[in-house]
Amino acid sequence: MSHLSAENVSVAFAGLKALSAVDLQITPGRISGLIGPNGAGKTTLVNVLTGFQTPSEGAVKLDGEALIGLKPHQVRRRGIARTFQGGRLFRDLPVVDNLEVTGVGLGMSRRAAIAEAEAMLDWIGIASLSSRIAGTLPYTDERRVAIGRALMGRPAYILLDEPAAGMSGPESKELSALIRRIANDLGCGVLLIEHNVGLVLGLCEHIVVLDSGAIIEEGPPASIRDSEKVRHAYMGTAANTDLPVLEVME
Amino acid sequence: MLQTLFDALSLGSLYALGALGIALIFGVMRLVNFAHGDVIAFCVFALLWPSTDAMAIVFAGQLPWYLLVPFVLLCGAGLSVLCEIVVFRRFRNANPATMMIASFALGFVIRYFLLMLYSSRPKSISLLPALSQPIEIFGARLPLLQLITIVATMAILIGLTLFLRQTRFGLEMRAAAENFSMARMLGVRANRVIMGAFALSGALAGAIALIFGSQTGTVDIQMGASIMLMAFIATVIGGLGSLGGAVLAGFLLGAASVVMQVALPVDARPFRDAFVYGAVILVLLFRPQGLIAARGTKERV
Repeated sequence: MSHLSAENVSVAFAGLKALSAVDLQITPGRISGLIGPNGAGKTTLVNVLTGFQTPSEGAVKLDGEALIGLKPHQVRRRGIARTFQGGRLFRDLPVVDNLEVTGVGLGMSRRAAIAEAEAMLDWIGIASLSSRIAGTLPYTDERRVAIGRALMGRPAYILLDEPAAGMSGPESKELSALIRRIANDLGCGVLLIEHNVGLVLGLCEHIVVLDSGAIIEEGPPASIRDSEKVRHAYMGTAANTDLPVLEVME
Repeated sequence: MLQTLFDALSLGSLYALGALGIALIFGVMRLVNFAHGDVIAFCVFALLWPSTDAMAIVFAGQLPWYLLVPFVLLCGAGLSVLCEIVVFRRFRNANPATMMIASFALGFVIRYFLLMLYSSRPKSISLLPALSQPIEIFGARLPLLQLITIVATMAILIGLTLFLRQTRFGLEMRAAAENFSMARMLGVRANRVIMGAFALSGALAGAIALIFGSQTGTVDIQMGASIMLMAFIATVIGGLGSLGGAVLAGFLLGAASVVMQVALPVDARPFRDAFVYGAVILVLLFRPQGLIAARGTKERV
């Protein structure tokens, strides 16, 4: 079966271990979650999976073929897309150009890139934003455009780095529906990195919990919710179990 | 009155084209290219045979205009791209100060190359003499050249805008100018975009060379430096990296110079430039980020 995997990945920055011996697998059509407290190494792992960071040890494999050493755009061309914290759109460019330049970068003709950009915006439900300058968009729209940009060229995998940060309850519900459609309708393998643990528990079939660069727990949402280790990592102390952090969001 | 307006527009055109040439490269490379002025000088000298005589021996300058214009633009684009390949490409990951100093050095290399072939003596040339004849518009007598300068600049600005908006290359360049590393991550071909920016910037230098050369009727190896300074100031006021800002500020500087030339008391006129620079300082005190701040220049992680 087709999959994207990190195998035994370690990353050290100047002697400090950001990731140690992490294994992770993403499969098409499934939503996996990656959670953990600040500084746990979540974004570092995304960077390794997408060619932004070379691991000190271990391998990243797409269907068994090693990806280490490829540049980010080469990884992207193999169908592994990502979003960034805060969106990081080209803020001076119209929304449609943000998607179009991605298509062109993937090797599409300009005409094909425009057509796909329009189709993608329509699919997400933000076709009306097409000619708006990206920098003028409200926060949530900016995130949706960033997701649209990542979906250009129909990648097999999409890694979403904190897509719900700063969103209100109803807004993250809407986002949650979009992520579900990405997996179900487009058949994309999704890795969701989020601080909003409720969102992750509600969406993901499989969740990996990182703390200080190592996996401390993984499994289906129910087992993560009940895990003492996870509570401990989030609360600092196992005693404060009544804090409402691990509530499922539907 | 009309005369003053046309003076302002035509001087502003020169500054705007110069500023645009600098802003284009700053946009994609964060490089303030101080060699730009010397590329302008090179383009004018490319019209002459190498000699040390005071009377220039014209070579390509005798071509009919429809060959002359592409020749000069190509000279500028060619030299500029050569600078990129030979020098700036090696500094791509260097910090902006290093790149700026490299551009100074490169400017000196070009200037001394011209000095070697043509000597430092200013030469007089007559480029497209038909253009210096005056024509009458609304009762004002204007040199045809001034009108052509303004029209050509407008055409260049419109053409460049369409190019950046409507072509694939333009799209890649706009994205790269705003966030080069992100554009690169998305697969935009960095070398092509940067070489394209240098080629455009060089062609703009060629356009300035033609206009300036025909306006002044003299060529001098220092001639690029004065325009370069004003153009650089215009890019700073415009908001470094902002193309629209550079053009706007170029025209404003041109207008400020011409207006002060007219409005200042006669005794103060020799100090016109000091007043212009004073105005620049005032603008920067109130808007240190420039008139139109380019978002791409903000720090990004």
